Amino acid sequence: MVSRMDRKALAAAFPATMPVLAGYLSIGIAFGLMLQRIGFNFIWAFFMSVFIYAGSCQYMAVGLLASSATLTTVALMTFLINFRHLVYGLSMLEKFRGMGARKLYMIFSLTDETYALLSAVQAPVGVNAKNFYFAIALLDQCYWIVGAVIGAVAGALIPLDITGIDFAMTALFLVIAVDQWKACKKHIPAILGAAAAVLFLVLVGAEQFLLPSLAVIVLVLVLTRTFLDEHPEEQAGGQEEREA
Amino acid sequence: MTAGQAVAAIAVMAAVTFLTRAIPFLLFDRGEQPPKLILYLGRVLPPAVIAMLIIYCLRNVQVTEVTSWAPQLIAMAAVVLLHVWKKNNLLSIFGGTILYMVLVQAVFA
Repeated sequence: MVSRMDRKALAAAFPATMPVLAGYLSIGIAFGLMLQRIGFNFIWAFFMSVFIYAGSCQYMAVGLLASSATLTTVALMTFLINFRHLVYGLSMLEKFRGMGARKLYMIFSLTDETYALLSAVQAPVGVNAKNFYFAIALLDQCYWIVGAVIGAVAGALIPLDITGIDFAMTALFLVIAVDQWKACKKHIPAILGAAAAVLFLVLVGAEQFLLPSLAVIVLVLVLTRTFLDEHPEEQAGGQEEREA
Repeated sequence: MTAGQAVAAIAVMAAVTFLTRAIPFLLFDRGEQPPKLILYLGRVLPPAVIAMLIIYCLRNVQVTEVTSWAPQLIAMAAVVLLHVWKKNNLLSIFGGTILYMVLVQAVFA
């Protein structure tokens, strides 16, 4: 696939991905450190970052691997944690059209950060937009893999007390929540999500509460649609013109 | 957990992650608009799910143990304040995490 990417697109994509370079290297290093601590070395960090490639999911994976969770739990947790990606896809339908074989990779690599970049950037004049998008997606994943491997290797070589580093996952979700809070006019969905989760955490305990919470959240949101829906006429994103 | 079980868990995570990213393309990539209810849920569900996942991160906090909840509360407040103030993902995540590590390793140890 790399042979299909032109140098011009790569050169244009690199500066656009600088924020993700900084972010993925550091969050990737934290992931590698955590993974090494539960006994999985850099080879695991490498393959998880190549095949899963989802920051919050891989953070969660550390806990699931450490606690020998069942495959059903793994599947459910992965689905819940990546649920927001469904929405990302809806607004990339137009953008990824006509990308041929590379489209599969674009869909696979649609992380929070890549989504944020792709929604915001414009290909410079004279650069093929599809090659530009592809270069961004590919560079981002490279940063992530490199960060994870560095973290795992460092964790094995340097005796660091990393107790508490798992808070990075809480912090990551908080940051996403703050951004969502600022972007939404109505905060009832966020409050509902927290309230339902606390209610079922108290009622059924830490191991079982996610599924009933999610069911109640969806039910309440569907029932309150007439009240909560601010943009009933809004179309799925991707209003930009299709490339010639 | 054996290496085989770990590989199976990783394969499941990879498959489900890809599926969540691919579903919109599988269902709605033929030019027609997705149903309004789906678009609506696409807008309102993510904040609700993220809020739920924050509670998930806190599920093992002991409300009766100050050494358990105080570092969480302080570090979470720091993340929110930093993020509202500087709007820098990296600073918010790492500032909060380093503060939390100091709190659990040195202050509330």
